[in-house]
Amino acid sequence: MFLQLLFTGFGIGAIYALVALGFVLLIRAASVVNFGQGEFAMLGAYALVIAVNMFHLPYWVGIVLSIVVMAGFGVAFAGATYWPLRNRGGLPVIISTIGASIFLENMVLVLYGPNSEQIDGLFDNPGFDIGPVFVDSQYLSIIVVATLLVALQYFIFERTLLGKKLQATSQDKEMASLLGIPVAMMILITFAYSSALGAVAGILVAPILFVSTGMAALIALKAFAANIIGGYGSIPGAILGGLALGVVETMGAGYISVPYKDAFAFLMLLMFLMVRPQGLFGEKISEKA
Amino acid sequence: MSTTAPTPHVLAQVSAWRGLPGAAIAMVAVVAVAMLAPDQGYILNILMQAATYAIAVVGLVVVLGYCGQISIAQAAFMGLGAYGVALGTVDYHLNFFVALGISVSVAAALGLLLGVASLRLGGHYLAMVTISFQQILTLVLINWIPFTHGPDGVRNIARPMLFGIDLTRGNTYLGVCLCAMVLVVLAVWRLKTNRLGRAMQAVRDNELAAGTCGIDVFGTKVVAFGISALIGGIGGGFFAGGFRYISPDQFSFAESIVLLTMALLGGVQSPFGAVFGTGLLVILPEWLRFLRQVYLAVYGAAVILIMVFLPDGLWGFVDEQMRKRARPVEGKVPPLPLLAQTGGETDEVVLDVRGLAKHFGGLKALDGVDLAVRRGTVHALIGPNGSGKSTFINVVTGLYTPTAGQIFFGGRDITSLPPHQRNRAGLARTFQNIRVFRGMTVLENVMVGAERVGNDVAGDAKAVMLRALAALDFVGLRKDAHRLVGQLSYGHQRYVEIARALAGSPQTILLDEPAAGLNMTEKVEMGQLLLRLKGHGLTILIIDHDMNLVEQVADHITVLNFGRRIADGVKKDVLTNPDVIAAYLGEPRHEAA
Repeated sequence: MFLQLLFTGFGIGAIYALVALGFVLLIRAASVVNFGQGEFAMLGAYALVIAVNMFHLPYWVGIVLSIVVMAGFGVAFAGATYWPLRNRGGLPVIISTIGASIFLENMVLVLYGPNSEQIDGLFDNPGFDIGPVFVDSQYLSIIVVATLLVALQYFIFERTLLGKKLQATSQDKEMASLLGIPVAMMILITFAYSSALGAVAGILVAPILFVSTGMAALIALKAFAANIIGGYGSIPGAILGGLALGVVETMGAGYISVPYKDAFAFLMLLMFLMVRPQGLFGEKISEKA
Repeated sequence: MSTTAPTPHVLAQVSAWRGLPGAAIAMVAVVAVAMLAPDQGYILNILMQAATYAIAVVGLVVVLGYCGQISIAQAAFMGLGAYGVALGTVDYHLNFFVALGISVSVAAALGLLLGVASLRLGGHYLAMVTISFQQILTLVLINWIPFTHGPDGVRNIARPMLFGIDLTRGNTYLGVCLCAMVLVVLAVWRLKTNRLGRAMQAVRDNELAAGTCGIDVFGTKVVAFGISALIGGIGGGFFAGGFRYISPDQFSFAESIVLLTMALLGGVQSPFGAVFGTGLLVILPEWLRFLRQVYLAVYGAAVILIMVFLPDGLWGFVDEQMRKRARPVEGKVPPLPLLAQTGGETDEVVLDVRGLAKHFGGLKALDGVDLAVRRGTVHALIGPNGSGKSTFINVVTGLYTPTAGQIFFGGRDITSLPPHQRNRAGLARTFQNIRVFRGMTVLENVMVGAERVGNDVAGDAKAVMLRALAALDFVGLRKDAHRLVGQLSYGHQRYVEIARALAGSPQTILLDEPAAGLNMTEKVEMGQLLLRLKGHGLTILIIDHDMNLVEQVADHITVLNFGRRIADGVKKDVLTNPDVIAAYLGEPRHEAA
């Protein structure tokens, strides 16, 4: 039972880690605390459902379409919530992303109704046994894809010019723009990428959780908690925090209580805030005097 | 000191009676409305909802409007109040007001607890924690069936008797709710213009500057959130009695968003705006019934549009008009007690810094600097760009923790004190990149400085205002007292910062590049202001590049280069020191010599 829960926990934790990663990239690039991060995952999942269940497109086409559409959506999202308020400090942008999150969730509710949608997994084969552990193919895919994405992101950030420009932008916008880096473009790219990451998480989790408007808040909340647990603004922190959260809540649900599954994330968050508010990797962002 | 001076009329703003006559009239009016309202039915329900929601929304004014912290759990705190009253009266047969008292205390206590957990860090932490709390509370209300009755909710909540008046009738109960609303509005309106409220607004506008003005930033945020939770609980408690039936979905995340939208639409800076926004959003959906399906989506979009186009809400227009109509402040006030504040006649060392070091990774911004400021002198700290001057002042005022070294102020070791306690000990500062409280008027900015803990006038609202006006007189900005400080020119904003520091009667003032960013005329004026301060015998540590200014005012000069002290002494000696000249102008070329 323990190993089984650990495996499931890692799978769900990888989802949180992906969304948390998108979240932390926006904090670093544009100092935006985006409360619409969960909606990126939800919309990504709905895009897949529409492509596959409604238009009967092949599954992989649905995936590609969803990711591409969501990358574009990320830019539109930036245009509505971030751009008009970018010079007015953190609070107005936070509030407007909260507004956007409510708007998106309820628009989907209006257009699509309150019923949740089911969608097949990536593979027909449900999985296989390794000793006492049943390795569900969807959970395994989640872990594999998340690992690949993190590796790809590392490569882009550390080894390519685009990655260097993105890093420069997140470290010092003024200096970056003096060096001729198109800062606005870099920020938009980050929004697009962050939204696409959310879409991947939504696509991967869609067969496990039913696709519904409620999934957005659920995932976003965990991603926020993952960020604080890992260390606000820290990329490895977001990944580790997400995984830790997935394992803790799966264990909590397995051993303690199912209805309160979502409460464990909150308890862990509060514990960290009390005992180690800087998180596992320490807060990376502080105001200059 | 002139004692025959006419009292400025602005003192009405700090009178202990302010707002009371208005509140009394409002109470009579709302009781009359309640008596005219029907005993039950649709209209009564609308009014009841508006009154109880308005109370909760006014709570958001305190935490979001005044203190700038986002709470997305106001419905949860309403829920705590409502369930406390419901379960207390139905299951435990408590008196209504006893149950209300208990549940409001629980709401406030939980608010303080969440605040303590999340407010040490930035505002977005509170947003996340409150969202989580909101979700958890809903889970508990639904799943803890033996205690909360679960998803079915609580029925037959009894209304109370009060002083022999039977409140079980709908409209008498509505009268009580409306009176409670008026009292909450009065309290929150008065909060804005008292010491705690000004501290909250200062924290909202600039946390760093608030700390160096003696405000306990963390404590102020926690108190603001606690008050907001408490008021949310009050709203919820009255709500439960009003509708006599409650269920978990009435206090869900969606309702928190509705409350937030009401506050933002009306104007989150004013309790009147909050009541106005609540009234609109309670009545409008009833008129726009076709929006029933999409109303939350509309609220979400409205939040974005309000943030972009109407950041101060609808009431913002009223506030703006009132500020424009504010009369100039006339009447003489006692001058600043400038000499009294230096705290003695002798020229002993007041600020004594020993071996101060600050390393950022491998960069040694400060590397063992000694500096002693004597009472009644103007001490200048100069040095080329990047020599560590600003780091020095930031370490001395507590914004950075030193890597090594000690700081004594008035003989007391202040090395490990937080910024607000250093200010309370008598150490004030200004900032190179101006840090004023932009959402507040010029007068309010300076009042924040005057009411620092440890100042002689602190705690006496009238004396604080007179002291602030005196500080404005000193820098010549009395005529702008009621303008928002952000509307002033750059140079005048700098004067506001200096007035803010002076009003606190500090024993020592640290001026961080007071002439930076000023034009030639402004620089001359600044020099004259500094000479006047010097003439009054103030103890000043000034940091600047501007040698002209330094030559005019300094008695004693310390020179930094690459984080080390390269010269220290009286003005004449230092300015002719070859090392100093080399640091400023470069080494002479030896081959040319």
